[in-house]
Amino acid sequence: MITLQEMMDKLKYYNGEPVQFMEVCGTHTNSIFKHGIPGMLSKNIKLISGPGCPVCVTSGNYIDRAAEISMKENTVLYTFGDMIKVPGYNTSLSAAKAKGGRVEIMYSPFDVLNLAIANPSTTFVIAAVGFETTTPIYALLLDKMIKNDIHNIHFLTALKTIVPALEWICGSNPNIDGFIGPGHVSAILGYDIYKKACSKCSIPMAVAGFEAEEIIAAIYDLLIQSERKTSDVHNLYASVVTSKGNPKAISITDKYFQAESASWRGLGSIEGSGLFLRNEYSEYDEDSRSIGVDEKQDQGCLCGEVIIGKVTPDECPWFANECTPSTPHGPCMVSIEGTCGIWFRNGAKKICK
Amino acid sequence: MCLAVPGKVIETDGITAKVDFSGNILNVELSLVTAEIGDYVLVHAGVAIAVLAEDEALETINLYAEVEDCLK
Repeated sequence: MITLQEMMDKLKYYNGEPVQFMEVCGTHTNSIFKHGIPGMLSKNIKLISGPGCPVCVTSGNYIDRAAEISMKENTVLYTFGDMIKVPGYNTSLSAAKAKGGRVEIMYSPFDVLNLAIANPSTTFVIAAVGFETTTPIYALLLDKMIKNDIHNIHFLTALKTIVPALEWICGSNPNIDGFIGPGHVSAILGYDIYKKACSKCSIPMAVAGFEAEEIIAAIYDLLIQSERKTSDVHNLYASVVTSKGNPKAISITDKYFQAESASWRGLGSIEGSGLFLRNEYSEYDEDSRSIGVDEKQDQGCLCGEVIIGKVTPDECPWFANECTPSTPHGPCMVSIEGTCGIWFRNGAKKICK
Repeated sequence: MCLAVPGKVIETDGITAKVDFSGNILNVELSLVTAEIGDYVLVHAGVAIAVLAEDEALETINLYAEVEDCLK
């Protein structure tokens, strides 16, 4: 059996064709830097970050709309904490709160359920952001609301799906030699779902857990696959991920949500890459479709290119100069899983150069 | 945002559960999985999204065998 040391040696002393592997998921980016993995790799192996930070790809229009909603009477907006400082085009949720908007942080969307029962004259709007890991949770909440006849929770959705985004990325950045597959999205979706896209794009994938050795194993797998010129999907997170995923989660998502085109901040609209509440449940939807396509892009901020691996954060002239976590210009610097913020917090210039 | 944390089910009625995360006991929605007392579940935003295979929940030694298997 191969040892961790042998894998690490292979990755450190590799001197073949330069390769670039994309970690799709922001939680992986965080773990990669936390464990100092870029420093363990040969200069011919480069890790680039992908679009899997939901906060980073949520459109500025959406944030402005959420902030507006928080200012309405008898309305409270509930959000995950990492959205709160992200700048929209006009404002942010923290700025709205400072002006008297009712913005609250939730640990789980289910936190809102008892509050809604106890305060029937208040409308609770959930900023429903996320990928396939989080969408079933909103679906489960809606299911409970309907069963318990609760009508004062609405969803302002900006839900994304990863496979259309991967296909879009491989069409726009031809220099990707492998994907480190997202661990917890795959817990829901399974790994079979990636096979078609990986084969079409001729890019291998290794689905990985979040510990250092799991990420190293995934990079090793991708390196061997790129040498062999295969584009298979391998599951290296077998304790959690199966071929078909979580059928209950997939079916409840499908019951309440349908796929439509969605707006990705910095990228534009990607066909079939969003999930919206089905029309029969429109009374629970906070008019999410009317937010529309994000035509106004951030001026000067390279976040859109960072999340498809075309540039690294330090190639942006604003990085660590006028754009820092306390003075962010774009979402990638704000979010806990944003690539620019992760590079900044980990002193990336020292690690990666 | 897709962060998920493993914990051990210590009490359940099949719909919700009390889950022990290294000593912190939290209420967790269990409707998306089938789990019993003693199982390790992976919890995202207050909801269990997967049951961990028991042997592998506690150690990653099998990882290396998996890599070799995949690359055969």
